[in-house]
Amino acid sequence: MKPQANAEGVRRNPPYVRPMAGWWTRNPFFVRYMVREVTAVAVWVYALVLTFGVLRLSQGEAAWNGWLEAMKSPASIVLHLVLLLGMVLHVHSWFEIMPKTMAPIIVGGERVSASRIQRTGWTVAVVVTLLVLALAVGSQS
Amino acid sequence: MAEPTQTIEIQVLRYRPEEETEPVWQSYQVPYTEDMSVLQGLQYIKDEIDGSVSFRWSCRMAICGSCGMMINRKPSLSCQTFLRDLAPGPVKVEALDHLPIERDLVVSVQPFVKKLESIKPYIIPKVKRELCEGEYLQTPAQLEKIEQFSSCINCMLCYAACPQFGLNPEFTGPGVLALLHRYNEDSRDGGREQRMEILNAEEGVWSCTAVGYCSEVCPKGVDPANAVNQNKINSALDYFIRFLPKKGA
Repeated sequence: MKPQANAEGVRRNPPYVRPMAGWWTRNPFFVRYMVREVTAVAVWVYALVLTFGVLRLSQGEAAWNGWLEAMKSPASIVLHLVLLLGMVLHVHSWFEIMPKTMAPIIVGGERVSASRIQRTGWTVAVVVTLLVLALAVGSQS
Repeated sequence: MAEPTQTIEIQVLRYRPEEETEPVWQSYQVPYTEDMSVLQGLQYIKDEIDGSVSFRWSCRMAICGSCGMMINRKPSLSCQTFLRDLAPGPVKVEALDHLPIERDLVVSVQPFVKKLESIKPYIIPKVKRELCEGEYLQTPAQLEKIEQFSSCINCMLCYAACPQFGLNPEFTGPGVLALLHRYNEDSRDGGREQRMEILNAEEGVWSCTAVGYCSEVCPKGVDPANAVNQNKINSALDYFIRFLPKKGA
């Protein structure tokens, strides 16, 4: 918009709209939000790795063993460590926001607190992880 | 009141539409006492140093919601932010983020007020009662469901905290959606159907990406992020429920 003149003939610039470029760098809260969004890529990449493994399994024993060998390479181990870090950050950031995404849960006339919802989330995540690990280790022996 | 013994630098982002095409910083040295708020610091500037500095205020006690501004980059009510907590300074004061600056610390509120009007922020009775029939009664549990959301004072700090509103000003936004929830969930209200269209729209709850900063900055302990995100479920149910056979059909 061009400056407009008012009744007294004084030219005025229109209300100033501030640019949004780089908005997420301006506040640590927004940086943490972006970490949550970006680490979703780790979840996606790991899902691709596993899907590819299932594909190789369907192609016979040689293909499956080749995939297993590839998983043991140093590059693959580094990738998995990076993906694991991304997953942990993703889980942490989602449990942080989880109480805000749910309708209130009332137990015995009291609303279940945000911290209790977060602790329950973490407990379930840890128990499921340990169960899967136990299953994996058990299947080796 | 004690005599001020110390001074603090307050930097104000100025925008005078007759003079500037974009905002500029201006610095003031303000003497302050332990009990002075940022708002009182600005009032000192206006009274004693520079009468041209513009800002809104009214009640000075976190009720009217007029004096919201960015203080050191955080959306805050200037009446309940104290200079002693920001010492030694400088204190950087700007108009609320994401809203067009009319002048200095004064932002345009028209779009917000239009959105607020659109959700019919009042109880639309399910069944109209005559005065002689008495009050519309509510149990403590029914009140509990809506009470925190009814504490909103329309200060717009949550809009300054919401990057999705900054990126898309058409987004209905946290405060208005929290009030929409407050009336939809009220046991005495029957206006839900009239409000669902606003809630279901792309600019309704679905523009929210659960950043959650709105709930952090609310000076009245309202949790707009919770109101908005609960209503994503309500909106989805509202969509799918149309496929169910109607009662008695």
